[in-house]
Amino acid sequence: MSRWFTIRAELSPGRRRFLGVLAFLLPLALWSLFSYVPWLWHPMVKITEPAGVSWIKPGQLLPREDFDKLVEKQRAASAVALPAGTPANPIYFPPPHAVGRALYTAFTTAPVLKGDKWLHESLWTSIRTIFWGFLISSAIGVPVGILCGAYATASRVTEPFVDFVRYMPAPAFGALMVAILGIHLEPKIAIIVIGTFFQQVLVVANTVRKVDNGLIEAAQTLGAKPRNLIWRVLVPASLPDLYNDLRILLGWAWTYLIVAEVVGVSSGITFFINQQAKYRNFDNVYAAIIIIGVIGFATDQALAWFGQRMFAWKNPRPSRFRAFMGRLFGGRDVLLFPDKPQPASKA
Amino acid sequence: MSSTPSSYPLPDYRDQSPAVAARFARIKERPVVLEVDKLGRQFAGEHGPVTALRDISFQVRRREFVCVIGPSGCGKSTLIRILAGLDEPTSGRMLVDGRESHGPSPERGMVFQGYTLFPWLTVKRNVMFGLEMAGKAANEAGPEAHQWIDLVGLGKFADSYPHQLSGGMKQRVAIARALAPNPRVLLMDEPFGALDAQTRAQMQSHLLEIWRNVDVTILFITHDLDEAILLADRILVLKANPGEVQEIIEVPVPRPRSLDQLQSPEFQATRRRLDELIHPKVHAPTERLPIVRLTQAGDDVE
Repeated sequence: MSRWFTIRAELSPGRRRFLGVLAFLLPLALWSLFSYVPWLWHPMVKITEPAGVSWIKPGQLLPREDFDKLVEKQRAASAVALPAGTPANPIYFPPPHAVGRALYTAFTTAPVLKGDKWLHESLWTSIRTIFWGFLISSAIGVPVGILCGAYATASRVTEPFVDFVRYMPAPAFGALMVAILGIHLEPKIAIIVIGTFFQQVLVVANTVRKVDNGLIEAAQTLGAKPRNLIWRVLVPASLPDLYNDLRILLGWAWTYLIVAEVVGVSSGITFFINQQAKYRNFDNVYAAIIIIGVIGFATDQALAWFGQRMFAWKNPRPSRFRAFMGRLFGGRDVLLFPDKPQPASKA
Repeated sequence: MSSTPSSYPLPDYRDQSPAVAARFARIKERPVVLEVDKLGRQFAGEHGPVTALRDISFQVRRREFVCVIGPSGCGKSTLIRILAGLDEPTSGRMLVDGRESHGPSPERGMVFQGYTLFPWLTVKRNVMFGLEMAGKAANEAGPEAHQWIDLVGLGKFADSYPHQLSGGMKQRVAIARALAPNPRVLLMDEPFGALDAQTRAQMQSHLLEIWRNVDVTILFITHDLDEAILLADRILVLKANPGEVQEIIEVPVPRPRSLDQLQSPEFQATRRRLDELIHPKVHAPTERLPIVRLTQAGDDVE
């Protein structure tokens, strides 16, 4: 039991999995509690019986105080029947099952206005925006960052200015980008580029600077020229960390997406969310936010999974995947003994 | 390795048996590969310049094995870094085969204490690195790298990654990698310092074996006096503050060397001389620590 709370001790895989599931179940349980237990919170009353009061109708939500006042008033007026209602939560707090249903129906419901986009089309627009923004930013930011990490001159001539621009919030460039690039996808991509690029240069430069100097000296004594040092030492040595940097920066790009998409003509998932909020379909709003989370989380997990396999030399810890492959190939850890021919691989 | 009783009559460390003397005579006929001429290095310190090395001069002849020892802070690491081209001297010069040499170059291979293997490359690709830098194609460099890996006895591990190897194996890969581009001089900076005693002894005999079979001149830095005597033809003793050559000792222990010679009179005589140079008797009155007794009376451990 004490193993749950030993400082800096690793947990067993079973416990790690259990806690990982718990991390999602706890907020869900809390949400359910406030949604389904009538005496928890529920600050509104949902009218079931107007009892002759003209300005309320069944299904309407009233704040509890107003409802209580109304009942008092009716009682004082010695009305035949009193209005009745059940405790309810505000419309912006839909219960889990409604959001769960919306996760499905949001995809199957046609847009209210003709010409508006379906949810999946909105999502696709968002993903395209992110993709291009992040690709353009990385195509310039990563090489610049590597140069800054390699040469002090490049670093000193670039980084102070980059540091300066970094503090300007990317959305501040919104109006400017619309003026330059028009109102469609281009200014949105530009904002993601602005939001990501400057961070990227600094993060990549720092990662490259962290490469063990001993490796560079070793390469030099083996005859490596400066060009070789970058391509054959700095880049491969920092590649796993660069990969992780990009993973984290991709997460930042998602946060810029929402502000970027309201620039010019609102588009993508943000347009969908705003539109649904306008119609007060808050279950759809939650569903869309959750979908963003799922896409981001899934992408990140997938990238992490690939990263661990791509950079096996950086992760000597035997993974479950490798153990599984090991069992498959005759009870040996494949990556640990790659020089030995694996008998099962012939099959 | 308890110090020899002073009553035991040791020969003078300068006495050489005829065989050893003949060997040194033969070495002196060989061409000079590495010449260090009045080399000096100053660093900018807080209170003006600090001299790390001053007027270091010596010559190393072809296929000679020279060890450099000295107290900590004598600048041995600075010296070998300058020789490797990783640091610039502030005065003096260094010549390889009679030509003045600057900057890092594959003619001066280096083995570092921290292995510095490229962790993303397999053993074979690590050894191929220097060959590829010399412009050799992969189909030529591959078989050549294999020869070097076999030489250090790691043929079975050619496709392993460095993190899968023990410390001694890593250092053997580092030696193979440094030797592959055929350097004139192999510089070794306390290469076995991080290894346990048993592995270290193994590595020492491995290194002698490699040196016997490869046309290479070795300059080896260590702080282990026995290691220096066991390996070296000559030992360059540095002194600290500033780092200067104190003495160059011709080791009188006959070759081939082995750990059995540790108790031989020549070995012990050399060892005693090194002890005198490195740990001079000046500091002999040992300070007693001002410790208050914290155990019960009568509860004594010695």
